[in-house]
Amino acid sequence: MNLSVQHLWVIPALPLLAAVIGALTPRRGRTLAAGAAIAAMVGAFVVSCLALHTALVDPAAKLVHNFAWFDLGSGVLRLGWLLDPLTAFMCVMVTFVGSLIFIFSLGYMKADANFKQFFCFLSLFAAAMLGLLVANSLLLLFICWELVGLASYLLIGFWFHKPSAAAAAKKAFITTRIGDLGLLLGLLWLYNSTGSLLFFDGGAGVLETAALGSLAGQITVGGLAVSTAIGLLIFCGAIGKSGQFPLHVWLPDAMEGPTPVSALIHAATMVAAGVFLIARVYPLMSADQALTEVPLHALTVVAFIGAITALMGACIAVAQNDIKRVLAFSTVSQLGYMMLALGVGSWVAAIFHLLTHAFFKALLFLGAGSVIHAAHHEQDIRRLGGLRGPMRVTFATFAIGMMALSGVPFLFSGVWSKEGILHAAHGWNISHLPLIAALIAVVLTAFYMTRLVAETFFGKARSHEADHAHENSAVMTVPLVILAVCAIALGFLGTPAFPWLQARLLGETEVHGHSLLEGGGLMMLSIVLVAVGLGGGWAIYGRKPRVAENSRDPLVTAAPGLMAALSARLGFDELYAATFGRLGNGLAALAHFLDQWVWGGAVGMLARFGEFIGIVNREADENGLNGGFDIVSERIRGSGRVYSRAQTGDAHGYLRWVAMGFVIIMLVVVLGGAR
Amino acid sequence: MSSWPLLSLIIFVPWVGALLLALFGRNLGARSRRALGFGFSCSTLALTILVLMSFDPAAVGYQFVEHHAWITALDVHYHLGLDGLGLLPVMLTGIVSPLCLLASSRIERGAHTFGALFLLLQGAALGVFLALDFFHWFLFWELSLVPAFFLIKLWGGPGAGRAAYQFVIYTLAGGAFLLLGFAALYVATGTLDFAELTRLAATGELSPKVAALGGIWPKAVFLGVFLGLAVKVPLFPFHTWLPSAYAEAPTGVSMFLTGVMSKMGVYGFLRILWPLFPEQLHAAAPCLLGLALGGVVLGAFAAMKQTDLKRMVAYSSINHLSYCLLALFAVASVTQPDAAVAASALSGTLLQMFNHGLSAAALFACVGILEARSGGRRGLVDFGGVRTVAPLFAAFCGVAMFSSLGLPGLNGFVGEFLIFVGVFGLAPWAAAVACLGLLATALFLLTFWQRVFHGPVGAGVASFRDLNRVEFLTLLPLVILMFVLGVLPQLVIALFNPLVTAWAANLP
Amino acid sequence: MSPLQLCLLLSSLLFCVGLVGALARSNTILVLLGVELMLNAANINFIAFWRYGPNPAAGTGVLFVLFAIAVAAAEAAVGLALVIAVYRHQKNIRLQEANRLKG
Repeated sequence: MNLSVQHLWVIPALPLLAAVIGALTPRRGRTLAAGAAIAAMVGAFVVSCLALHTALVDPAAKLVHNFAWFDLGSGVLRLGWLLDPLTAFMCVMVTFVGSLIFIFSLGYMKADANFKQFFCFLSLFAAAMLGLLVANSLLLLFICWELVGLASYLLIGFWFHKPSAAAAAKKAFITTRIGDLGLLLGLLWLYNSTGSLLFFDGGAGVLETAALGSLAGQITVGGLAVSTAIGLLIFCGAIGKSGQFPLHVWLPDAMEGPTPVSALIHAATMVAAGVFLIARVYPLMSADQALTEVPLHALTVVAFIGAITALMGACIAVAQNDIKRVLAFSTVSQLGYMMLALGVGSWVAAIFHLLTHAFFKALLFLGAGSVIHAAHHEQDIRRLGGLRGPMRVTFATFAIGMMALSGVPFLFSGVWSKEGILHAAHGWNISHLPLIAALIAVVLTAFYMTRLVAETFFGKARSHEADHAHENSAVMTVPLVILAVCAIALGFLGTPAFPWLQARLLGETEVHGHSLLEGGGLMMLSIVLVAVGLGGGWAIYGRKPRVAENSRDPLVTAAPGLMAALSARLGFDELYAATFGRLGNGLAALAHFLDQWVWGGAVGMLARFGEFIGIVNREADENGLNGGFDIVSERIRGSGRVYSRAQTGDAHGYLRWVAMGFVIIMLVVVLGGAR
Repeated sequence: MSSWPLLSLIIFVPWVGALLLALFGRNLGARSRRALGFGFSCSTLALTILVLMSFDPAAVGYQFVEHHAWITALDVHYHLGLDGLGLLPVMLTGIVSPLCLLASSRIERGAHTFGALFLLLQGAALGVFLALDFFHWFLFWELSLVPAFFLIKLWGGPGAGRAAYQFVIYTLAGGAFLLLGFAALYVATGTLDFAELTRLAATGELSPKVAALGGIWPKAVFLGVFLGLAVKVPLFPFHTWLPSAYAEAPTGVSMFLTGVMSKMGVYGFLRILWPLFPEQLHAAAPCLLGLALGGVVLGAFAAMKQTDLKRMVAYSSINHLSYCLLALFAVASVTQPDAAVAASALSGTLLQMFNHGLSAAALFACVGILEARSGGRRGLVDFGGVRTVAPLFAAFCGVAMFSSLGLPGLNGFVGEFLIFVGVFGLAPWAAAVACLGLLATALFLLTFWQRVFHGPVGAGVASFRDLNRVEFLTLLPLVILMFVLGVLPQLVIALFNPLVTAWAANLP
Repeated sequence: MSPLQLCLLLSSLLFCVGLVGALARSNTILVLLGVELMLNAANINFIAFWRYGPNPAAGTGVLFVLFAIAVAAAEAAVGLALVIAVYRHQKNIRLQEANRLKG
């Protein structure tokens, strides 16, 4: 049975519907909200599997369905759905991992008052994430990208009454938004240069030959090709979302959210959206590869940023004591690997690592959640310990996840995907620095994961909470087991001998494997490095487990300065607070000052000037003009007073005047008549 | 139905209501008085729906025209007409005004006077959006100040007297320049009819006539009209009256000021300044772009520094309205711009006008609710943990806030996106700088949200009730519209797209 | 003496009687009576000049007199009303005492 691409919207619509149901049910409707969320997620998983089946019929085809959103001038703005193996694999991964994490959350969030809200937000996140995956338009992708950010904001700040959670949520939103503004600018540039934002549109899409050719052909500021500039701006978005250096600072803080959130959003899916984005627009990112005279290729930047992040994340993870923060920095580091793979030209290796990483990192986070839940929200590994006995399932699955992440050879999925990345980095002809960084990170990864497991599960319980921990219910352990199975099995979809997954992603129906011995030197080297890391970790932390909560870490004793710097996360937060934070505050103060004194002051001056004119005017009126009027009116009044004396009120008097007048007239008439 | 003078009804029915309230309001009970005011306020929406039913978006010219000779000696006509540009703010007034009255239902002192003044204000604002002859357009324009003054001064906060004076004097001064400009224009052309003046400008007859005035007049006419409109919008740096006026006004009036009255200025720019003075605007555009950018960036950063929530929202209004003007100035700054790019900039301007009306009104309503709960406090640090005690209120306020910061899926995004598409195509550096404004907007709105709604429950907050029915009904329509227009912007865009397309096709 | 002169003499006498009455009496009603006499003296003049004038057919004099009588009647009504008002006020109608409205 195949899924028509017109109906691809069903995949994000199902969780969206669940989110709406969750939002509209009253607070008591816990079962309804959670049931709807899980049912929608499982439904979306089924539909995603159908979509995958459809996509694999012809892996090279880009099935699209575009539709008009609104009129814009004489044209229309169009959005669309896209179905290809990349989308389909991602959808299956997100819905599968998502379903398991939703089920896990049933147990983890059981006691929370805002239980139904949690599922509402989770569903909203899933809808946005799936929308991002099926988008055939950079605009639709951006819309979902921002909504994913919103869901992440809401979920990090889920325990909003904690000031630290509220601050972390804000930090995450703002930091990723900085990157998103780059993405927005890239999108605008792309739209203005090509007149479209659809990826594939029967030859007129931005990822198709005509548009790419014209973009790579134009040169803009600094001698960069336009496609390079747009690619770098889009990469800004990926830097923000995927926690790459230098915008990685929000990801560790995001661990303030509930652990299932960390597992789903900040490990398995959302943070991988940056990697997905770059993989999606890979034709655009690599359009400048053929140019020789440009100063910079977009992918070179991606590779170096990825290498820096991979190394830095691994270093900082060594010195963290919070179980979730170790995993958070490990995520940062692994995302760096994926970016590195993208940068060195092997986007399929990146996606393969993304998929395997999603499973084992979700497993690790859920394992950590299981530990935290059992130990009454104790997250500090110095206060845990000895959980191997009481929490057997958690320990076993966590160990599987740890070995997958460390890249323990052959059985676990991590090794195969990481191998692909190292192989690609080895083949990169621009620089070998990324390869070296990646190899160092391999050692460190194995080291800090061993440390984490040793501190958490070995030795003896170092706190009351850890002492009373016991295994969680099946609703939490079953997802762990399923994920553990996947963390092992998934690797075999893409071993070098039978790279089925990679071939399908590249749109090939044939699978061309090669022998393990090809490039075997690198493989041997990385196995040795993993062994060094594991052995080193065990030697330092496993053989002589920590005895008390406050006993000194052997590494701190050895290199106190370095470890202090690492545990302070190399001071990025402080650096940003001192520079950008201050700059922002300064600008705000400046704007306020200008408002208060300069513009407001100018208006005030004008007003005062008007007032002054008014005063002058009044003085002139009162003393000059009005004085004259006063004199005249005084005279008039005086003469009135004089004349009013005639009004005696004596009627006889008036009559007398009448008589006198009569006499005078008579006299005049008579005398005049006589003359 | 077409025989009815619908547009006149739209303007004058609220005034009839004002008259009735003023005459008989004292004798009515509180409930019927409120119902009377609300009913007459709703008339705009009802009549606008009637208009919408026979409105033809595809026709670019004015519709429902009413044209009667009035003062023949001055060639003044009573001329009303509606096109896509006018329809949008009229619809907005219809939606926002009744909600403003709902939000003001808490007012007890002189309630009937309040209602009468408010309806007077509503009618005057509608007159501005519908009049096509400068004479009565300007009457409506200035008349709107009188009720606004009394509404702010009599029912406002402690600093209301000063704020009201500042508001009225500042806008009156702007209006005086506007009048001067039009007086000169009348001398030059002998007409005050917008349609006629626009036709003259389009055929190129206007500028020689104005130039014939000689001296500084050609420049002064443009400058006068520009100043009058710029103060009203307000364009940076003529905005200093706004924060105190918005902050001191009672909630319902703040909602109306930001939701409707600020649109009068933008409307004026689009209806008068741009079509009448294309050359002058083109010449001044680089400088004006800078001013609009100043509004976008400094407005947002100044908002970060505010501790009074109402002032903060007021500054965000400056920031949002500056986007509208940014797009317009970007279009004006380029000769023969690409029609598609110009169309998206102009569509964005119109859409942003509408969307800002909704989201800013909702934000002011939310701050008003906070103020009512806390007995007049509205400082950034006066609250905390409101989401814990009033989750529904928090949700509504959150939607309004995210709409204001341009989150996709809510209405604010589409307008801002179109503006950015247009501005980027016309003046890329301006779009890049304006991004800073987007960031700062997110920063201060999230700070607002974090301080007020998150964190531990603050002192005095624990006793807050969630929304009551009236408050719920005030916010609900706005929130629903935010969602609907975020997903289906076509509903609004369809009303003005042919007009915008025609504009973009005939750009100088 | 011609009839005209006789009439004028009569009217002059009447006028003088009226004038003296108006000036000499303090009773307001009598003063009014005097004023009426003076008015009628004028009326006699009108009639006389009309009757013996150059154009007796025109009827102007009678018209004048009719108007004058009508006006006088109205004026007398107002005057008497004033007298009553004054009486109410000062309990007599002595004209000398009714001088409160002087300027």
